[in-house]
Amino acid sequence: MRLKPIPGVSTEASSDLPVLLPYDAKKGAVPDSMLFTRWLANMPPWTPLVIFAVILLWPLTAHAAYSYGEAMDALWRWMPFLVLHGFSFNVLISFLAMVIGTALGAVLGLAQISLNPTTRRFAWFTTQLFRNSPWLVLLFIVLLAFPFEIQIGGVIIPIPDWMKAVFGLSLPIMANISEVVRGAIQSVPTAQWEASEALAFSRQQTLWQIILPQCAKRMIPPWMNWYAILTMATPLCSLLGVEEIITLSRQAMESEDNHPELLVPFFGFALLIFFAYCYPIARWTIALERRFAVKL
Amino acid sequence: MTWTTDQPIISIKDVHKSFGSLEVLKGISIDVMKGEVICIIGPSGSGKSTLIRCINALNDIQAGSITVEGQEVHAAKLDKLALRKKVGMVFQQYNLFPHKTALENVMMAPLKVLKEGKTEVEALARALIRKVRLEGKEDSYPGELSGGQQQRVAIARSLAMRPDVMLFDEVTAALDPETVKEVLVTIKDLASEGMTCILVTHEMGFAREIADHIYFTDRGVIVEHGPPATFFTDAKDPRTQEFLSQIL
Repeated sequence: MRLKPIPGVSTEASSDLPVLLPYDAKKGAVPDSMLFTRWLANMPPWTPLVIFAVILLWPLTAHAAYSYGEAMDALWRWMPFLVLHGFSFNVLISFLAMVIGTALGAVLGLAQISLNPTTRRFAWFTTQLFRNSPWLVLLFIVLLAFPFEIQIGGVIIPIPDWMKAVFGLSLPIMANISEVVRGAIQSVPTAQWEASEALAFSRQQTLWQIILPQCAKRMIPPWMNWYAILTMATPLCSLLGVEEIITLSRQAMESEDNHPELLVPFFGFALLIFFAYCYPIARWTIALERRFAVKL
Repeated sequence: MTWTTDQPIISIKDVHKSFGSLEVLKGISIDVMKGEVICIIGPSGSGKSTLIRCINALNDIQAGSITVEGQEVHAAKLDKLALRKKVGMVFQQYNLFPHKTALENVMMAPLKVLKEGKTEVEALARALIRKVRLEGKEDSYPGELSGGQQQRVAIARSLAMRPDVMLFDEVTAALDPETVKEVLVTIKDLASEGMTCILVTHEMGFAREIADHIYFTDRGVIVEHGPPATFFTDAKDPRTQEFLSQIL
């Protein structure tokens, strides 16, 4: 006996009503904006031990000329310098880029919900442009397009490369924070806008007194997610000659005669220190995200 | 045009409203005198909510006119602030501000919009909370209150602007039968104090008890209207009769 076909199950669906069409997992999946943080936070806390073990056990076939022990000694000698002059500079760059990116991104995000269509379209375009450009390309554009010094009145103010790098990194951060702000504002139900409108609040008052206080907390986890991504991206600055941890590691290895045995300990150390810095941030972000989960 | 109390406080004349190609209101006219209680009933999708949202300009209209105390709501340069000080509105889903306590919800508009002093506003807000019978709940957040309590806070919040007219948009539709009563008692108190009220409701018993005039809308037009005494007992139009036979 032949069963009666069920459209969408046993036969092809022929409907233009979305609810009647078969579920398409690929279409339905919303891209996770916090993918990086979630990936990082889900790592077990003993991950650095594994990295460290790999570094230690790497060269089982040591060269006669330069033993692995000597390479570790070299790393030990350079370590304080790499941390104090290298990594702390990465942290400084990430701080400054985050501050500039957040300030610009907040303005751009608010402009994206402006009632003026020109402002809104311009903000949307700017956001999409910088959000989807490769970070390294942005860095090079800023490096090459910006003057190395500016003259205000009679005073010449030099702009060092690292400052340009800060500005270059703050551009993609700006665009992504803009999306965070827009998304958070639009996550507040429109009924809240209507309720405040009916109470004679102006649009500005509604935004600043009703809407933003409700969604400010919701912006914190994605904002921290972008901080972690930004910190991980600061070694890009080494390509511009900024003296951060990767540049200094290379210079240190050169001064130790560039033995290939040095590569894994030195870059492994950089990996470890980035992990040590970003992992707690990621764990904290996920914890905050759970705590601030929307309940209306 | 200056408004005097012998003229309708709200005058709706031949209002048309469409969402895209869908015409929701097809020529509605209602006059409301000061102190009157008007109930608008009718099947879902008949344009009841749209109509009262037009009165405080949450929706705009395509044709016709609406005046509130002589102020033209349909005017191109509408002073929305002035209009909304006169017209309070309560929603089906309460729409309280979830990040503020009950007391702060009530205080917010007079403080921020009318820029009144904090001590007077707080005294007023506490009095209003008492009025809606919620003493002791001043410091609770909306999430900690039941639906009926939230709706009463929403009424107090709207009253804090001291409106001349109150619009109630199916305010009991999301509540269970027992909490419906506590909200209706609050509205009845208001009506008996002489507040002009326009209610969209499905509570026929309540409408019958409280309303001075009942309007029945269907598919964007007013099919029939009259005082409750005659409206419920001898409706003339077959559509009204059919609707009433299903609920009563």
